[in-house]
Amino acid sequence: MSDTPWLAWTVVAPLAGGVLSLLVTTRAIFVAAIASLATIASSAQVVWQVWTRGVVRHAVGGWSAPLGITLRADGLGALLLATFGVVGLLVSLHAAVLLGARKRAERFLALWLFAWAALDALALSADVFNLYVTLELTTLTAVGLIALERAPAALTAGLRYLLLALIGSLFYLTGVALLYGATSTLDLELLRARLSREPAAWAALALMTSGLSLKAGLFPLHAWIPPAYANAPATVSAILSALIGKAPWIVLVRVWLEATPPALHGRSAPLFGVLGAGAIVWGSLLAIRARRLKRVLAYSSLAHVGYLFLLFTLDGPLALRGAVYMAVSHAAASAAMFTAAGIVERSVGHDDMQALKGLAHRRPVTFFALGLAGTSLMGLPPSGGFVAKWLLARAALEQGQWWWAVVVVGGGLLGAAYVLPIWRGSFLPLPHGLELHDVPRATETVSLTLAVIAVALGVAPTAPLALLAVGRLP
Amino acid sequence: MSFDALLPLLVVFSSLVPGVFIFFIPELRTAERTSINIAAACLKLLLVASIVRGVYDGRRYETRFPFVAGADLLLRADPFSLLFVSLSAVLWLATTVYAVGYLEGSPHRSRFFGFFSLCVASTMGIALAGNLLTFLFFYEMLTISTYPLVVHRGTPEALRAGDVYLRYTIAGGAVLLAGVALLYALAGSVDFTERGALDGVAPQHRPALVVAFVLLVGGLAVKAAIFPLHRWLPEAMIAPAPVSALLHAVAVVKAGAFGITRVVYDVFGVRLAHELGVMRPLALFAAFTILYGSLQALAQKDLKRRLAYSTVSQISYIVLGVAIFGTLSTIGGIVHIVHQGLMKVTLFFCAGNLAEELGIHRVDELRGVGRRMPLTMGAFTIGALGMAGVPPIAGWVTKWYLCIGALAANEPWVVVLLVTSALLNALYFFPLVYDAWFAEPETAWAKPLGRAEVRPFLLVPTVTTAALSLGAGVLCGLDLSPLGWAKLIATREFAL
Repeated sequence: MSDTPWLAWTVVAPLAGGVLSLLVTTRAIFVAAIASLATIASSAQVVWQVWTRGVVRHAVGGWSAPLGITLRADGLGALLLATFGVVGLLVSLHAAVLLGARKRAERFLALWLFAWAALDALALSADVFNLYVTLELTTLTAVGLIALERAPAALTAGLRYLLLALIGSLFYLTGVALLYGATSTLDLELLRARLSREPAAWAALALMTSGLSLKAGLFPLHAWIPPAYANAPATVSAILSALIGKAPWIVLVRVWLEATPPALHGRSAPLFGVLGAGAIVWGSLLAIRARRLKRVLAYSSLAHVGYLFLLFTLDGPLALRGAVYMAVSHAAASAAMFTAAGIVERSVGHDDMQALKGLAHRRPVTFFALGLAGTSLMGLPPSGGFVAKWLLARAALEQGQWWWAVVVVGGGLLGAAYVLPIWRGSFLPLPHGLELHDVPRATETVSLTLAVIAVALGVAPTAPLALLAVGRLP
Repeated sequence: MSFDALLPLLVVFSSLVPGVFIFFIPELRTAERTSINIAAACLKLLLVASIVRGVYDGRRYETRFPFVAGADLLLRADPFSLLFVSLSAVLWLATTVYAVGYLEGSPHRSRFFGFFSLCVASTMGIALAGNLLTFLFFYEMLTISTYPLVVHRGTPEALRAGDVYLRYTIAGGAVLLAGVALLYALAGSVDFTERGALDGVAPQHRPALVVAFVLLVGGLAVKAAIFPLHRWLPEAMIAPAPVSALLHAVAVVKAGAFGITRVVYDVFGVRLAHELGVMRPLALFAAFTILYGSLQALAQKDLKRRLAYSTVSQISYIVLGVAIFGTLSTIGGIVHIVHQGLMKVTLFFCAGNLAEELGIHRVDELRGVGRRMPLTMGAFTIGALGMAGVPPIAGWVTKWYLCIGALAANEPWVVVLLVTSALLNALYFFPLVYDAWFAEPETAWAKPLGRAEVRPFLLVPTVTTAALSLGAGVLCGLDLSPLGWAKLIATREFAL
């Protein structure tokens, strides 16, 4: 079965599942489960192919570039498929159990399957226009997911999210048009060969980069993101922060490292470091001041976007590995934190920091999930966050730019300052007379599993990093 | 992978795996939990004993995994790591027995013992770490797994102490991380090597090496409670007595002092460290901390706080011994890792017994307690005399080697310092001992003397560690005594 187009199936299976689960009147959850399993199986096949054979390509419908669409799985793509699959599957399990009301769970699952298809397609895209389309689809599904919460705050946040993400897309699309005008190609590798130092290329790169930075919520363009993460249902926030929030950055990695020759970058590199450092400091400070658990996590996500952008300043294999590892381990850790926050919210009825009281004694599994995932957010070993920070700090020091290492290490301290109140709150006794609402055991297990994955990434980083090195980006 | 190559990993796993298991044991199944605890501690002792024997015969034990970007995770048994491993393994057994007795009937014991085991697993990792990255890995794990123990009671004071603890140790850990990353950038992945591993670093990088040294030792100094980074230690006294024993003797401050010793001898090498001119400031910091800790101890009225400041002072003996050039002072410093551990754990067990049995917390409540709790106070007396350096108790051996080491290195001021410190030790310990044995109690005791002076689970570890403190001093001539082992380590560090 070596010629089965598993690449295509990682997109088709969730897409078909999403459509079918909307069409059938009963058993939508069953359909979604089958589609999820099929997607996971195809993703596993792709990872295995990349692991054993190197970069895998597939021309959709037999039409190759430049006319048709080519899907391509390199190390980064395969690692992303695995992340989307594992984290997404666990979070949707959480949703299916916790959202309870069947209608809502079904709508969540359908939207998530669409988002999953878009994310997989984005990970496998090899040209700037397909990246645009898939990125746009992730945005639209994200808005749908946010609006699952009927509260006015969530709807407002969702609308703002839609508006700003669209502005970002417009910038990006204009850049794509300019590139096409200048080079008559959209393919990443061909672009790299044809682009030269000319005004059109600079303008295109500037437009695309600013659009994607806005969409990623890079400091100081971040204000529209936290309300969305904080007001959406916790399970949705988990998907947004862990997976969909990373999409614009992934596109930027493709554009910046793959499609443009270094000569074009000029002296713009340090700018990303400055903005990234700004994101780390400002996001963490906001997280420290926040009084609601989901807000703390939302601001923490902003801070982590900052680490990702250090990649474009440090540039080089160590930095690439560090930043991608940060993306992967933050996906696991932040999904664990948000799903655990959902459990806290369900147990007490709100997500004030006060709601954590008694957690260590009464909900030990959730407490461990928050504790372990928090370790990864702070970047302490053993956790994926530590490995990522170690790689980024090493990259900075090896280039003699020690100040970025200070940012990375200092960011860990700021991380501790917002994780510590979560730990401390959990050890306080449950207020007298308060009883916790029941929460399905399975949801707690899911959160803990995600947290354990974040820790495991810090114990055995060799395999994921070796996978990333396949067909290493130029 | 042969069994020999797995042994260091098994030593770590022998408390890590039971620790994870214990979290899942229902609260009320005490017998099950206790059996797992004690069995694991005994298994670990057996493993350690077999490694000690092998290393003494010249065998090597090494577990190595590739980790990240050319750096390995390496667990390795060398004589110095075994010194710390044996100390922790022995004291873990004693402290576990003590904690079982101490926490009888109190809530959340599964969580407590789970984290307790994770702490010891981290400590084993620290001791067996074969390079700085592995050391850092377990060092931070220790920070995290100790926090739940410090805040175990969940009271506002405990949580405040936990905040202080984490603020200090996480900041220290960040500085350490910066130092380790810098050193890896300068020298690549270097394994701990006797007499230093930095020969390959070019001379023009010397200033950067000084920065790396300051970052490494500065980060480690937090856990080693060197002035002015010591404040977390007295605050953390709010934790239950077994946790204090763990912090002071088995794991945390020891991890700091052990790390400083590793950095000086096995990363930089003692000669390079002296050439860089960083040892003199370290010695001065240690010297000041010795005096400062003793003076603060004198001012404390709370027994546990007095003991805490005594630790601040005593840990700097180790650092001072390391910072003075010469085989003899090195022996003194290294052997004090074991000696201070044995004596201090005894004193904390005694303080715990007094608090549990009679509700005694303050130093002025000890009048006449010797007749009510003779064995406890006997143990306390051994610990206190040892701290002051009275022969033949272990502390005396340390002081002797530090003094002749200082004279050999032509640093006579150290002798004056050590004598002053001994006097201060006497000033803050001897009145307590005198009161306990020779003064009349002012009121009747809260509990009259029953069949035993205190529960056997509390008494047996106390008496055992007191006996070990005495034994380490009396039998210091043996090859396998702490002193004999320290001599072996120091000779290798200074061999040509």
